[in-house]
Amino acid sequence: MIELQQVERDFAVGDETVRALADVNLDIPDGDYLSVMGPSGSGKSTLLNVIGLLDRPTRGEYRLNRTPTTTLGEEQRAALRREHIGFVFQAFHLVARLSAAENIALPMVLAGIAPPERERRVGEVLESLDLGDRASHRPDQLSGGQRQRVAIGRAIVMRPGLLLADEPTGNLDQHSGQEVVQLLEKLNDDGITLIVVTHDSAIGRRARRRIRMLDGRIDSDEPEDAPA
Amino acid sequence: MRLPDLLALASRSVFEARTRTLLTLLAMSIGVASVVLLTALGEGARRYVIGEFEQLGTDLLIMLPGRTETTGGPPPLFGQTPRDLTIDDSQALLREPSIIKVAPITVGNAPVSHANLEREVTIVGSTPDFFPIRRIRVGVGRQLPDIPADRQSNVIVLGAALKQELFGRHNPLGRWVRVNDRRFRVIGILAPGGESLGTDLGDMAIIPVASAQALFNSPSLFRVLIQASAKEDIEAARQAAIKTIRLRHDGEDDVTIISQDAMLGTFDRILRALTYTVSGIAAISLAVAGILIMNVMLVAVSQRVAEIGLLKALGGSERQVLRLFLTESIMLAGAGAFIGIVLAGLGILLVNQLYPGFPFAAPLWAPLAAVGVALSAGLLFGVLPARRAARLDPVQALSGR
Ligand SMILES: Nc1ncnc2c1ncn2[C@@H]1O[C@H](COP(=O)(O)OP(=O)(O)OP(=O)(O)O)[C@@H](O)[C@H]1O
Ligand SMILES: [Mg+2]
Repeated sequence: MIELQQVERDFAVGDETVRALADVNLDIPDGDYLSVMGPSGSGKSTLLNVIGLLDRPTRGEYRLNRTPTTTLGEEQRAALRREHIGFVFQAFHLVARLSAAENIALPMVLAGIAPPERERRVGEVLESLDLGDRASHRPDQLSGGQRQRVAIGRAIVMRPGLLLADEPTGNLDQHSGQEVVQLLEKLNDDGITLIVVTHDSAIGRRARRRIRMLDGRIDSDEPEDAPA
Repeated sequence: MRLPDLLALASRSVFEARTRTLLTLLAMSIGVASVVLLTALGEGARRYVIGEFEQLGTDLLIMLPGRTETTGGPPPLFGQTPRDLTIDDSQALLREPSIIKVAPITVGNAPVSHANLEREVTIVGSTPDFFPIRRIRVGVGRQLPDIPADRQSNVIVLGAALKQELFGRHNPLGRWVRVNDRRFRVIGILAPGGESLGTDLGDMAIIPVASAQALFNSPSLFRVLIQASAKEDIEAARQAAIKTIRLRHDGEDDVTIISQDAMLGTFDRILRALTYTVSGIAAISLAVAGILIMNVMLVAVSQRVAEIGLLKALGGSERQVLRLFLTESIMLAGAGAFIGIVLAGLGILLVNQLYPGFPFAAPLWAPLAAVGVALSAGLLFGVLPARRAARLDPVQALSGR
């Protein structure tokens, strides 16, 4: 459950301020599937970072699962990210010296989960991602699509309620991109709230709810079946 | 984060940057090894000197002519040269019950020759008591004859090396050698392999003190060695010696008496200070190694910006990132220190193989202090890079901006 009220985000660039988010109001119920589209620089990533608690709004209120987040300390925000939010990035951001299994285990290492439990969950995730035979491979031994699947495995291994993907198919060919999107949608079917930022309108159209950003504002916010 | 995971994660990154890690380990291990080895050297020198003194016995007093200004008083106005310290003075000391042995000593260098062989050596003039006091043993023949100390006698005891030089394998006993323009009959050879307070006993010769005074034309003794009747009597012996000389020198205190103990203490202090200084200087290299660690970690942070951003996105807090990077610094320092200790241990073994006589060993505090300083340097110089990593903004870090 995500509630944004009059959220603004300003960046100071030299003497000027760039308003990356302006008066954003957004409620997202649990289990929803959103796509965020819009021209470059319109604030899509900034919105995702605010929702993911990586960034703080300059003004306005953001409640995650009814918890007001803007007044929380760094440690508490980190804990919320750890427990409730998974990220998938365009650039994968796998740790090159760790194997696929170790990359997936990383959030559990940070959370202090004991190795037997970690192994069990990593095994499950690898299996569900069809990567069982790639567990010990390092990222440079994997294809782009496989890397992104490992990254998705890492994002969901803590069983978060919210999955944020910033152009998850941006570095992939059509086919792998398709697979990744289907994987994300399957996770959404299983109940996770999914927000996908994308430039690809074919992918964007698949979401139940589509948001269009323009100059930091939500330009349109329409459900699947509404007329475009 | 659990401790084993923290260590595993940190060691993975440390091993990843192989060249940088090796260089850092090299610097740190050299620093630690040099601290330990230099301390071992200083400590070895100290033990060696102390051992030498203790060999001489701690019931020994040494009397020198002239007054050293240990009391801090002003020097006498009129240029009084101190009275000669004579053989008679030394023999008078023997009347004191607290003094059991006295060895007056005159020392000089002179050429000793036999046939056409000649060698310049140290000539010590003394009395028979010199041998037990300095614990010098005669190997072949006799020591000096028991004649009144002020009587000359043209006899000589040769050091083993000197005998070898002049006579080779021939028996020198009863033969004559020439010292300057005087002839001396060889009556004994010192036991070989002796060394006392750094003087090589092989390369010297001992003659009666009165003969040495005549030979070197020196009316005053160089030193008088005084042995107290027991260790407890050492203070009484000192007082008695001062009193005796004062009576004989018209009420002037014109000799200096050093106790073996005091000398021992002084040397002990000096050599300890020297050891601390040398190890302190070596410890500077640990600070340098610490700065290298800082440098390496700063590079690591800037190379791993994206990874740090990722850790934060995955729920890592600033504190966790800080701890991770601090652990890496301390690991570098600790591994370097460990290698340094091993190197130092090998070095000590090697030196002991090469010079078995020299007590070359590091006191326990040296490796402990070196490792302690190394770890502290790792921690101290690791703070800045770790803080930089912890404070990275995750959004910027992930976007590569
Ligand atoms: N750290 C920053 N400092 C200054 N300006 C920033 C910063 N981050 C974002 N901006 C600005 O905020 C605006 C929104 O940026 P954002 O990255 O959210 O755009 P975006 O919609 O994700 O674009 P793209 O499709 O290219 O990824 C842009 O004008 C950008 O220049
Ligand atoms: Mg973006």
